[in-house]
Amino acid sequence: MSPWIGRALLASALLVYPHLASDFWIVSVGAYAMVLGIIALSLTFLTAYGGMISMAQMATAGAAGYALAIFSAHSASAGMALLPWPWAVGVAIAVGTLTGILIGIVAVRSHGIYMLMSTLAVAMIMFYLAQQNTTILHGFDGFSGVAVPRLGGVSLRGPLPFYYLCLAAAALLYALVIYLVRVPFGLVIQGIRDDPLRMASLGYRVWLHQVMAFAVAGFIAAVGGVLSLWYHGGISPGSIGITATVNVLIVAVIGGLGHPRGAFIGALVFVLIQNFAVDLVGSDRYNTLIGFVFLVIVIASPDGLTGLWRRLRGTRKDSLDGGVVTQKL
Amino acid sequence: MKLLLLATLNGITLAALYFIVASGFTLIFGMMRVVNLAHGSLYLIGAYLGHDVAALSGSFPLALAGGALGAALVGMAIHYFLLDRYQGDDLRQALITIGLSIIAADLLLARYGGLSYQFELPEMFYGSMPMPIVSGYPIFRIVLIGLAIAVYLGLWLLVQRTRFGIMIRAGVDDRHMLGALGVNVPLISTLVFGLGAALVGFAGVVGSASLSIAPGEDARYLLSSLVVVIVGGMGSLPGAAIGALLIGLAEQIGLAYFPTYSIILSFVIMVAVLAWRPYGLMGRPA
Repeated sequence: MSPWIGRALLASALLVYPHLASDFWIVSVGAYAMVLGIIALSLTFLTAYGGMISMAQMATAGAAGYALAIFSAHSASAGMALLPWPWAVGVAIAVGTLTGILIGIVAVRSHGIYMLMSTLAVAMIMFYLAQQNTTILHGFDGFSGVAVPRLGGVSLRGPLPFYYLCLAAAALLYALVIYLVRVPFGLVIQGIRDDPLRMASLGYRVWLHQVMAFAVAGFIAAVGGVLSLWYHGGISPGSIGITATVNVLIVAVIGGLGHPRGAFIGALVFVLIQNFAVDLVGSDRYNTLIGFVFLVIVIASPDGLTGLWRRLRGTRKDSLDGGVVTQKL
Repeated sequence: MKLLLLATLNGITLAALYFIVASGFTLIFGMMRVVNLAHGSLYLIGAYLGHDVAALSGSFPLALAGGALGAALVGMAIHYFLLDRYQGDDLRQALITIGLSIIAADLLLARYGGLSYQFELPEMFYGSMPMPIVSGYPIFRIVLIGLAIAVYLGLWLLVQRTRFGIMIRAGVDDRHMLGALGVNVPLISTLVFGLGAALVGFAGVVGSASLSIAPGEDARYLLSSLVVVIVGGMGSLPGAAIGALLIGLAEQIGLAYFPTYSIILSFVIMVAVLAWRPYGLMGRPA
């Protein structure tokens, strides 16, 4: 079977899905999985092709979310927005991308497990900053009641428009990643992943390419942050706290760090667990269940569900794939 | 002047606590290259267990022993059952400890609820010591600084002057050679992990006696350990002490003078160190 048939089937299923499902399945499962998947995609891009692990992707998304919230109408602004929404979204994505670049500059000073540590520290510092800064970021309360824009008379808040918005964003960003890893920039990134010393000897500026990879990841996370703000209708320090930060990693690891599709598969599994854990372990203990699923995946199949699938089918790994990234890091 | 002195004293006290927490983290990393991201959870486990022991027995020394021992047992179990088999696969080990920290945080929340707990301290620790300018400083905080110095000296003696310490240092440099010499390396590793966990459990009891215990403290002490060892250098004991002092002082002085941005100061220190010495002030490449 040609892979294009499978892709066409998947695309039509994703397009038709909201017409067959209830609002809960459209928004709380479908759209939310795509929002989470986009943020996880920014991590998977870094790990699969850059061999870098960043724990600061939720914080980057949060920076974009906070920027958008500040410039939008929210419950403490008396219905006034500082900027028209297209501008505010532009500013938010610029802030997110810039945050990605700055985190990248810090992160690429170290590598492997050290990079995980330093980015985790940066992410948690951003969380505590959001919590203690009452002047601009509204401290513990954050922003609530953020207005979701209307596009041509249609509120993007409605289940169908929001679903299609998330689907379009997810598809475009996925395509962006697939495109980027095939052009020279992406090949250099993968070369650096495999042998930084050789790439440096060939005359490539290793750190600059790595920081640029962080910029791309920052852009992807920023789009996720914008959608996440609209999905939740607000943002608070808890949105970028340790749990949210680790959730991005969990999503990416469950799906598999070796290929960008893992981000969305992981997000779907994660959202399903989150919503249906109530039936399995009661309403309060779903974090225990998620932690347990995560542990089992890490122990049984470190390249996640996509890696498991690939091994079960016995297919060779794609030459552009990260493969078992965990050995590279 | 009074504010600055008080902030400095508080900074040193906080540094003492951060040092005890981070010494366990850096010890575990130094011996095994394991980044134990469940370190904050072990802090919380020690704190809650210490609280239970104190509530049952009414004795503070017993609470200290209970917290340290409980955390040590949990730590050794984690290492023995989950981490040792993945020796050398540092990312997987870090991911496992992240998974454990989520489960631990959730189970502790289920057992102890979201309220914060306070310790009953022994009579002798109440009151304050007369001081110039700030007029008085709580005795318990002075005791905390003394405890940190004692931990430093104790660890230094253990690592530099005992047979066990020789094995630890040999394990850092060449694990396989140490095993070839007939030393049971997995056992040593589990014991070192237990020692690191005991230190953080002990810190949990001490820290919650001077502050309080609540969910979320695990993340706070994980962050402090991370920043302290990034600044000081992974695996270095003097590095942990220097890092703890820098971060403790930065945090308290920042809180006193610019409370809504104080955390930035820790960030700046971390970035400056990473820029200047990527392996930390006292660190060396692994």
